[in-house]
Amino acid sequence: MHPFGLSRADDPAKAIAAHAQDPELAFIAGGTDLIGLMKDRATLPERLLDINGLPKMARIEALPGGGVRIGALARMGDVAADTEVRRRFPVVAEALLFAASGQLRNMASIGGNIMQRTRCAYFRDEIGGRCNKRNRGSGCAALHGLNRNHAIFGWSESCVATNPSDLAVALAAMDAIVIVQGKTGERPIPFTDFHRLPGSTPERDNVLDRGDLIVAIEVPANVEASASHYLKVRDRASYEFALVSTAAAVETDGRRIRSARLAMGGVAHKPWRLTAAETGLRGISLDDIDGLRSAIATSFTDARPLAHNAFKVELAQRVALRALQTAGARA
Amino acid sequence: MSRTPEPGSADAGTDKTPSGAATGKSGTVPVNLTVNGLTRTITVEPRMTLLDALRENLALTGTKKACDRGECGACTVHIDGRRVLSCMTLAAMLEGKKITTIEGLEKNSMLHPLQSAFIEHDGFQCGFCTSGQIMSGVAMIEEAKAGWPSAATADLRRDFTLTDLSRAEIRERMSGNLCRCACYPNIVDAVVEAVARS
Repeated sequence: MHPFGLSRADDPAKAIAAHAQDPELAFIAGGTDLIGLMKDRATLPERLLDINGLPKMARIEALPGGGVRIGALARMGDVAADTEVRRRFPVVAEALLFAASGQLRNMASIGGNIMQRTRCAYFRDEIGGRCNKRNRGSGCAALHGLNRNHAIFGWSESCVATNPSDLAVALAAMDAIVIVQGKTGERPIPFTDFHRLPGSTPERDNVLDRGDLIVAIEVPANVEASASHYLKVRDRASYEFALVSTAAAVETDGRRIRSARLAMGGVAHKPWRLTAAETGLRGISLDDIDGLRSAIATSFTDARPLAHNAFKVELAQRVALRALQTAGARA
Repeated sequence: MSRTPEPGSADAGTDKTPSGAATGKSGTVPVNLTVNGLTRTITVEPRMTLLDALRENLALTGTKKACDRGECGACTVHIDGRRVLSCMTLAAMLEGKKITTIEGLEKNSMLHPLQSAFIEHDGFQCGFCTSGQIMSGVAMIEEAKAGWPSAATADLRRDFTLTDLSRAEIRERMSGNLCRCACYPNIVDAVVEAVARS
């Protein structure tokens, strides 16, 4: 790795001020993504600020009314093992458990998880080829290169990368809130607004600015959460990023869907909510496979597959259907 | 609600001010650690990983460097009892932490039960992944005892107990440790044996 300085933060306000005034400074918590990025020379911060000592940020709290508040420094493994998270939001616990490995889940923080950068091989390439995310204006090697793992929704000519976080997909489906502390105080960011589409500025993965610190994620109670499921399809049975994944949750009246939540991973630069499908699924029976399939298909009319990932359009619809059925069986 | 120590709870001793002198790019930082029960002080550049510090500064070469990218598990050690990847950990961030490596598993000249089980069940060929496999397995059994579920757990809403630790559970929980010799069936046998003895 390149040489860098390291210091330790014990006060959030000072950490935020340091981050706001020093463009070469990066926060480090678990380090499982940042250290990899530095080894791949995809980011070269001159100074790291260790935020692990910031007080009260590793807590997992059950909120009255059925929600949970997860501190940004809570580790993936601890959150997945938490009995209230498992009981109230199975989709969140499953998304965590299907990600990474036991070792990485013990290290990686929740705040860092939603900040992790794409696994696009051109972005991660140590030699540093054409990648607008890595080197603005250098082009996108994946657009006409090997793009099997890339986006089918929302991509631009400047970037076709996908977001690799499993947790983010579950949090998008649950309409979680990212609690951010910045220069002007605390603000809530709805999860579906947190990550960005690439547009012409793919170097920005999310809406955070310099001097912003994620302090917690709140998952509010919702009627669908208890019957929820995360389904991940990948090239290996374990310890692999998703080709396609779905977070699904349903509320039913008997076998009839009253309301559904569907979000997909592996298909876009951000977790992708299937809003048209969610509307179309209302009133359909979980036993009406053709009805479910048709409702899901309405969210795929704007899919734009690349040269090597057309299979994702069909795969994603099947994964969405199966996730919905499994969630439905828990209702 | 967690049943293991909170990460970051120990007091880290690197410079406390966000722009202090000890943070210089080429500077080194003293770090006090407990390694396999012994108090050690090492002086490292901030960019040095725990893996390199163990091997180069402390001559503990049982911990192996393979992918160096958090993809293979060969460098697995315990920090405060939790299994982690030493290649993705900065040594300078570990002030006051307790590190256990493969060299620290035996007690009173007796191998750890999982070490014995690996020999008994022939859980390796070349041996390069073995220390990581064993360090991962030892802590994994503790996670299962603490009731942690996995991606192989049928119902997350139920409490997990050690009797639920099936072969499928073990394979899933050990998936962060790759073995190029593909000794996986024997590795699972060894873990099953160690669970039975624990």
